[in-house]
Amino acid sequence: MAARTLYDKLWDAHVVRNDAEASLLYIDRHLVHEVTSPQAFAGLRLASRDVWRASSALATPDHNVPTTDRSKGIVDPISRIQVETLGQNCRDFGITEFDMNDRRQGIVHVIGPELGATLPGMTLVCGDSHTSTHGAFAALAFGIGTSEVEHVLATQCLLQKKSKNMKVEVSGELHSGVTGKDIALAIIGKIGTAGGTGYTIEFAGNVIEELTMEGRMTLCNMTIEAGARAGLIAVDQKTIDYVKGRVYAPSEEHWSQAVETWLDLKSDPDASFDQLVKLDAKDISPQVTWGTSPEMVVGIEGSVPDPAKEKDNVKRENMQRALDYMGLKANTAITEIKPDKIFIGSCTNSRIEDIRIAAQMVKGKKVATSIKLAMIVPGSGLVKQQAEQEGLDLIFIESGFEWREPGCSMCLAMNADRLESGERCASTSNRNFEGRQGQGGRTHLVSPAMAAATAIAGHFVNFTA
Amino acid sequence: MRQFNKHTGKVVPLDRSNVDTDQIIPKQFLKSIKRSGFGPNLFDDWRYLDSGEPGMDNSIRPVNPDFILNKDCYQAASILLTRENFGCGSSREHAPWALDDYGFRVIIAPSFADIFYSNCFKNALLPIQLSEEQVNNLFEISSLEQPINLLIDLEQQTITIPNGDILKFEIDNFRKQCLLDGLDEIGLTMQYQDEIKKYEEQRRKQAPWLFVEIKA
Repeated sequence: MAARTLYDKLWDAHVVRNDAEASLLYIDRHLVHEVTSPQAFAGLRLASRDVWRASSALATPDHNVPTTDRSKGIVDPISRIQVETLGQNCRDFGITEFDMNDRRQGIVHVIGPELGATLPGMTLVCGDSHTSTHGAFAALAFGIGTSEVEHVLATQCLLQKKSKNMKVEVSGELHSGVTGKDIALAIIGKIGTAGGTGYTIEFAGNVIEELTMEGRMTLCNMTIEAGARAGLIAVDQKTIDYVKGRVYAPSEEHWSQAVETWLDLKSDPDASFDQLVKLDAKDISPQVTWGTSPEMVVGIEGSVPDPAKEKDNVKRENMQRALDYMGLKANTAITEIKPDKIFIGSCTNSRIEDIRIAAQMVKGKKVATSIKLAMIVPGSGLVKQQAEQEGLDLIFIESGFEWREPGCSMCLAMNADRLESGERCASTSNRNFEGRQGQGGRTHLVSPAMAAATAIAGHFVNFTA
Repeated sequence: MRQFNKHTGKVVPLDRSNVDTDQIIPKQFLKSIKRSGFGPNLFDDWRYLDSGEPGMDNSIRPVNPDFILNKDCYQAASILLTRENFGCGSSREHAPWALDDYGFRVIIAPSFADIFYSNCFKNALLPIQLSEEQVNNLFEISSLEQPINLLIDLEQQTITIPNGDILKFEIDNFRKQCLLDGLDEIGLTMQYQDEIKKYEEQRRKQAPWLFVEIKA
């Protein structure tokens, strides 16, 4: 057989049938949340269709849930109806749901891996673009729309066209303090937010191998911000160690057989890619976005770029528009920018490692008085519980952070957590689009280390210097 | 699904690149559990001067006179002309629902984000990819005071512009057929139930751990 990429292997293993124009792909795991599923369940009811394999799905509410005291339920009646609708749909169709008061509840892309519902070699989908996260486990994972959510519920399959293969290789030695988030932003800065459109990206190179599973999830999570629906990383011992013993991981009986299969989940040495992108780790410093697209990013030592120096008309106008929205002047040093709020959380950066790194940065220090609000939103109830066992919650509270309940929170501000117009935020989330964190809100995407250091300093700071 | 064959309509030029789905339909409107009613909130942050929330009477909200969709001459436009990477960001199908509900039937751009592109086809909304140069030309002729109309013929894969010139566009054949016939994709897949079951059976033997039941 011809040499295949990891993506080719995952694809081939899931083809139910090939037609000239599209393939019918079998889906192993379906993660469901409250925002993109109600119309899909309504569609099933309308057509009198049942769910094909309810036990393949796992549901949890994450986008709308409050991150403060939950004993009173959800105040916003429209949010409450959406969350209740998820519960009702799951009961009606026999899907397991971890509701808002279950300690296993959390952001879908955090709980999938931590429960072992995400496994190497799977196809995994969710009505959420950040489903690319799960590619860190060599699972073919991608976001889908609501019509496709309905399609998977009804048939366990999706009609898909195969993407092209891209390899992004990051080699060399990382500077201290540079994390998966900075690597992701540096890649997006290099290839642009549409650079990966039409591709599945495999991340490789010694830097990727050295990343923890949390770092790899952060990197794959941001693949969609580079335009690619799916990101992938080959299986190694770290992958296997992470999965072992988790709730839905293979039983003892199947474990060794599973591991043997998983160890083949890497690209053949002579597999060919349609495109190859290389980054040298030494060129990556802690990253901070300055504009309204994740590709508008610069290292902490840099400054806000000057539109006057951009020759392309459309690009120059976009830059100027972004600077106007962000309330920034060209050539301002990044370290002079002073956020009003700090948000550490989201499916990108709310795992235990992220929280440990942030805690280390703020231990024994106080949040700057100029910061109006600094909040930590763990990715799941289990992450929260783990952090509390390690005493991290107390470190944060002591230093002036708010310690919240798990959910998507201020990444997209569907619940009560949001920026007011004109407020500036250092955020560990994934999108700095206009209005993303609240209408008129100004988002700077950073790593948890940068967000924590910024909370203390009151401005972006080169904490590695 | 509604069929799509030919469409003639007025073009509104939205001269921005990387228009993300958060702009197309802001998150507060995603709390709806319905598929319809998103049109009045399409591009909400750009279209109105106040801060939009679900349940507002949109007819009495202050509109932004500078936003292109609000110009008198572009009322009832059904073809959106825009720049590269349209629909990037979130997978929300509420974006094509909002465009459709507003009255758009065709979107023309040099490139689209993958998930958005795929979502359009599920909703009889035709995304047409043209070269950057062709898009530039369309922007030039539609920036005149008099809005232009285009005739789109999906079967022929052509766009007829006002001077009578015809532009060809590419589209994958399967997606084209689904639109032309208004096919229900789920119904189509259901025809292969036996093959799906066969695949499952075989897979269950090869990799039984993939079939561990998710239960509380």
